[in-house]
Amino acid sequence: METKTMRRSVLRAFTVAMAAAMLRPLQLLAGPWNKAAFDARAVAEALKGIGATATEDSDRIVLKAPEIAENGAIVPLEVASEIPGTQAIYILVDKNPQPLTAVFEFANGAEAFVATRIKMNESSRVRILAKAGGKFYATMREVKVTIGGCGA
Amino acid sequence: MADPMKIRTQLKGDVADVKILLFHPMETGLRKDGVTGELVPMHFIQTLTATHNGRTVLEAQWSQAVSKNPFLNFRVRGAKPGDKIIVGWVDNRGDKASIEATLN
Repeated sequence: METKTMRRSVLRAFTVAMAAAMLRPLQLLAGPWNKAAFDARAVAEALKGIGATATEDSDRIVLKAPEIAENGAIVPLEVASEIPGTQAIYILVDKNPQPLTAVFEFANGAEAFVATRIKMNESSRVRILAKAGGKFYATMREVKVTIGGCGA
Repeated sequence: MADPMKIRTQLKGDVADVKILLFHPMETGLRKDGVTGELVPMHFIQTLTATHNGRTVLEAQWSQAVSKNPFLNFRVRGAKPGDKIIVGWVDNRGDKASIEATLN
């Protein structure tokens, strides 16, 4: 009786281990997605969602963005953080329906640099955050949009 | 989809400059179909991971406000010819793709 129970529990442990092993390659591709922060409709709520309740303005975050973006569907951004030990860069668009646009976490020799293209619904402040040593630093820039890009 | 992404790498000293272009609609859920007038459901890449010789170098999370056919440029230090860069993504429907490049 006891042997049977033990065998059963060993089998169960083995099944769980197998399932975990099978899930691993999937997890490599699908990291966690911060639903609470991405669903947030207000900047303060999005900042809370990523744990950035306090930010310090910094001129060591270099943001290249157009002054005027004619097409809000394609706004090119280039961000580099010169803050030592930068672990992550966050892109927020204050006036987009959901302000949090992208999170980039760096590891194992990746430079704190990223260039991408985003959508902007209307003229807005673009807010870049850099996380270093558990602290959040921020830089902001107004970008004027001629034609909004969220319904595009 | 025949070719869901493209990758271009350039080695400058020991820094690998990686540029990728993904073919994805990145639907916001706010766009109306031109023919039916119905809202097109949200469909966008949520997570993207890049590895350098098997070690994770970049983990990205995106909203629907990353542009259609996303472009991404990132850089990795400590790279040398022959090293492998792999980039993979997963969208909100669970669709995924990955691409590999060898530095030279």
